[in-house]
Amino acid sequence: MTLLITVFAAVIATVLWYTRKNDNLGLGILCFMYWGASLMWLVDAIFEYVELQEEYFTPALEDMINDTFLGLSVVALGLVVWVVKLLITDPRGVVRRSLSSRTAR
Amino acid sequence: MACFTATVAEAVVVKVIEKVEEKKELKVAEGSKHVEESARIPFSRKLKWLTSLLIGGSFLLAFEHVWHGEVVPWFPFLTAMNNPDDAAEMFHEIATVGVCMAVLVTLVWVGMCIAADAIVKRSAQETEQDHAA
Repeated sequence: MTLLITVFAAVIATVLWYTRKNDNLGLGILCFMYWGASLMWLVDAIFEYVELQEEYFTPALEDMINDTFLGLSVVALGLVVWVVKLLITDPRGVVRRSLSSRTAR
Repeated sequence: MACFTATVAEAVVVKVIEKVEEKKELKVAEGSKHVEESARIPFSRKLKWLTSLLIGGSFLLAFEHVWHGEVVPWFPFLTAMNNPDDAAEMFHEIATVGVCMAVLVTLVWVGMCIAADAIVKRSAQETEQDHAA
């Protein structure tokens, strides 16, 4: 479930990066983070499948809920990292303009 | 258990190579008198993609390990290190799962580099054809 949620997040981030490349939102970091994690969890899933065989596809409900929460938390963490980087690098100068206009008053 | 440490180790090595390569490319660019617009992606930029994949992925994987209580904020940071049997299992996992993760990410990166070079080459050829026409 974590892998699935991360893959969806990676695909959405990539589509947003492709369509909004000129908006200078630094979406590349999200793509790299989610794709990197997806690839790593894919390997984890393959090893787990080799160990569990068919059982891998029939997880317990409790495990599924836990994995879903984990997947959503991972996506949220990635978004937080992206927002923090966006505000620090401030590619459009929004934060700088906002701070300078407040100090001028 | 701690499979992400293999990718973190690779990320550190690649980051060092990236910085060295960046310096080299800067020296070459300063040394050449004629500034030409080349149709090549600098190797340091490609290495940056690999570091981003490795660091980003490892960061989220590390979070998963914290979630499962396998990584803690106090020494020795990995709970498996408290028990020799668990430690042996952890090292085995790093050597198998962790190394496979690093290999897969690197292979995907190689594919990305080949595709990116092909796209840049194609667009350069199209520009040349437009100029010729």
